[in-house]
Amino acid sequence: MITEQARNVMQSPRSPSSQPYLSASVTDPVKLGNGVQAYISYRVITKTNLPEYQGPEKIVIRRYSDFVWLRDRLFEKYKGVFVPPLPEKSAVEKFRFSAEFIEMRRAALDIFVNRIASHPELQQSEDLRTFLQADEETMERFRFQETGIFNKKPADFMQMFRDVQSKVSDAVLGKEKPVEETTPEYEKLKHYIFELENHLAEAQKHAYRLVKRHRELGQSLLDFGKAVKLLGACEGEPTGKLFSDLGTKSELVSIKLQKEAQQVLMNFEEPLKDYVRYVHDKLMLTRSDKVGEAEIEYREMKAESEEATIRFERIVKRMNEEIVRFQEQKTEEMGVAFHQFAKGQARLANGIADTWRALLPKLEAASSA
Amino acid sequence: MMGSENADGFEETNLNVPKEEMENLVLNGDGAGDGTGDSSNSAYRSAMSTLSNVHDPLSPLPTVLTPANSDPLTAPSSYIEPPSYADVIFSPFDETSDSEINGGEDSSLSPDSLSRSPSSSSSDYIKITVSNPQKEQETSNSIVGGNTYITYQITTRTNLPDFGVSESSVRRRFRDVVTLADRLAESYRGFCIPPRPDKSVVESQVMQKQEFVEQRRVALEKYLRRLSAHPVIRKSDELKVFLQVQGKLPLPMSTDVASRMLDGAVKLPKQLFGEGGASAVPVHEVVQPARGGRDLLRLFKELRQSVSNDWGGSKPAVVEEDKEFLEKKEKMLDLEQQIINSSQQAESLVKAQQDMGETMGELGLAFIKLTKFENEEAVFNSQRTRATDMKNLATAAVKASRFYRELNSQTVKHLDTLHEYLGMMMAVQGAFADRSSALLTVQTLLSELSSLQARAEKLEAASSKVFGGDKSRIRKIEELKETIKVTEDAKNVAIREYERIKDNNRSEVERLDGERRADFMNMMKGFVVNQVGYAEKISNVWAKAAEETSQYDREKQSS
Repeated sequence: MITEQARNVMQSPRSPSSQPYLSASVTDPVKLGNGVQAYISYRVITKTNLPEYQGPEKIVIRRYSDFVWLRDRLFEKYKGVFVPPLPEKSAVEKFRFSAEFIEMRRAALDIFVNRIASHPELQQSEDLRTFLQADEETMERFRFQETGIFNKKPADFMQMFRDVQSKVSDAVLGKEKPVEETTPEYEKLKHYIFELENHLAEAQKHAYRLVKRHRELGQSLLDFGKAVKLLGACEGEPTGKLFSDLGTKSELVSIKLQKEAQQVLMNFEEPLKDYVRYVHDKLMLTRSDKVGEAEIEYREMKAESEEATIRFERIVKRMNEEIVRFQEQKTEEMGVAFHQFAKGQARLANGIADTWRALLPKLEAASSA
Repeated sequence: MMGSENADGFEETNLNVPKEEMENLVLNGDGAGDGTGDSSNSAYRSAMSTLSNVHDPLSPLPTVLTPANSDPLTAPSSYIEPPSYADVIFSPFDETSDSEINGGEDSSLSPDSLSRSPSSSSSDYIKITVSNPQKEQETSNSIVGGNTYITYQITTRTNLPDFGVSESSVRRRFRDVVTLADRLAESYRGFCIPPRPDKSVVESQVMQKQEFVEQRRVALEKYLRRLSAHPVIRKSDELKVFLQVQGKLPLPMSTDVASRMLDGAVKLPKQLFGEGGASAVPVHEVVQPARGGRDLLRLFKELRQSVSNDWGGSKPAVVEEDKEFLEKKEKMLDLEQQIINSSQQAESLVKAQQDMGETMGELGLAFIKLTKFENEEAVFNSQRTRATDMKNLATAAVKASRFYRELNSQTVKHLDTLHEYLGMMMAVQGAFADRSSALLTVQTLLSELSSLQARAEKLEAASSKVFGGDKSRIRKIEELKETIKVTEDAKNVAIREYERIKDNNRSEVERLDGERRADFMNMMKGFVVNQVGYAEKISNVWAKAAEETSQYDREKQSS
């Protein structure tokens, strides 16, 4: 999922020890607690030879809110960087904690951590080190610090703050493009991202439905197979045997469909969903206060301060670099997803054809008899 | 209902919507190309042309996406019509499935005629069409006028010698069909007569008039075609009269159901002396009850009355002693149940296939829109690459979607056989019911006979005690002896009728079993050939897309 180069450079444990590497994986989800308090804990395994880290391998236990903490810290500190998105905090799913949900979340968190570990800037973050290394009590303390007395999750709080800021900057700058020299590209980008999110969301919606259709078709073939078997039991030969075989094949095809449904979900729909999250986050970013704030500063101090200009330009430059990186990464990831989907569908169709085809000789023989 | 008769209409409706959208998308994208970002559009066009230039058996299909065609959608029907499509689609090396598909599609069951079994030889030909519904008015003396009703034009084309004329056309209303069905039920007791369409009183009130009339027209056509497919009934006078006699239908309307049992027995003398079956009876005899049986008729009516009045009497219920028959009946009920079940599951399957096709198509469309968008907004090369990748996926998805829908319309035709046989199972039940009622008649007569004889004995015993004879008793005994004789005759007639019906049952059930086996085998074959063929086509489509994105194949790369 990560760009091949990044992974190869940073995460290959087999590379010579002089080559720096940092890789992390999220495994072994375990359900803890009861009822409303229930949560999932994950093992996060870090393998590295970087000096800032303790030892070649470290294992810690983390929960979802720890990941949220990490993301918020990175988001705050690394302006202009596309911090990878997190899977949704679903309050409802949480109660049911189905095996599928747990696995999907684990996979998404794994991708999240790995993206950070392979990002040239983010991987140097101190907060990342804390997240990957700190013992559980320390982690908990850090996490609670963020919450403060508002009893809100850090993410919500920061979001409120950001919204206020961006409203302010909107008011100050007006709805129009504030400064022509600096923002036409910026506006265009915002619009692009907005449209892109809509299109992607639609595609993802249909992808999700397609998973359902696979399951439904599988189920109906299963039921059909059972029904014709029963019908065959009523009929004499050779019809009876033929119906029985038909039913068996029908059941086999059903199994193939169910398997493929799972594949489509994991390898196609999830990446699409991830893409949507990413784009959604970028949208939030472009509306965020950081750029707006800097813009206010820029206008106010344009005449007087070089520093503000430099800072602003640095942010914009970094954003542009990020965009390029993001685009390339996305193209790669989506390409992989498409390829796997196409291959999966081709395999499925082939398998189905083979299964049914096995019946043809018998049917041919019976009808010519 | 699976609505196989609407297969074409259903196909059209579902194809049109996404195609229109696609047309708009593609053509607009092309038209809007001038002026904004020429580079992106030329990339788009080159991607398109490479797509259409690729040599593969499926290339005729994607014409719908090629902007070069000014009217890409003028030939949607060629995708639906099987012959030209099958020619285009099947890859040359796959000859067996090719011929099977062609053969399969040719012999795919049309709703018209069911059986392929050798009993219907190919030189016999009868085709009935129901068309042209029209409103007519009953003639009435009142000022207000009579009720209106619908008549249908019924056209028959045949080369059967019995029919005399090779083509005829009459107008009939639904009531006439009911009459026909009732008369056939009487004349052909013990036969598996296809059930007639329902009166659907509720539906006629609730549905839109046009829809209801069309539904009924289709049902009538199916019914008449089934009748004409039955080897014995197609030669019946009742059917001939119905199909050929102009003007008012000269068959008597239904008499009350309770007397049907008796009426049926009444025709026996003629039938027994004739060929067995009604074939030797001249047409006008069919129209009125046989005169020779009037005494019997009266007797049976009185008997019927006494049976219905006297529940507490010594009249047993039908005692069916024939084990074989009972077993057969059980089996038939079981079979019917399984056919119902299978028919229901078949409907679910069809729906699931349809949904799959639809969602696949929607997915493809969504990606086409994305592609267009990315190309328009392209700033980076990576975007263009991504747009191309998406386009490949979208094309495959749209093609696959079309295949799913075609697969489904074929599936509907094949699995409709199950639905057809539901009707036939009802016919079998009717045949069994005829047998049971004939047996009831026999048993009733037997017990009546024995009670009459008992009475006669008692009277004789009483009268012999009186010296010189008891005039009134002797008279009674005489009358009783007359009645006994008539009842004796009736009993014999009823027994012969029962035997005849049993024979009809046996031969019909055998015939039906054979036809059903043949039809089910054809159904399975058609269904499977269909599934194989379309799975292959769909697989090819995706294999191509996988190839086009093969640079993203991570499985091949060594870690």
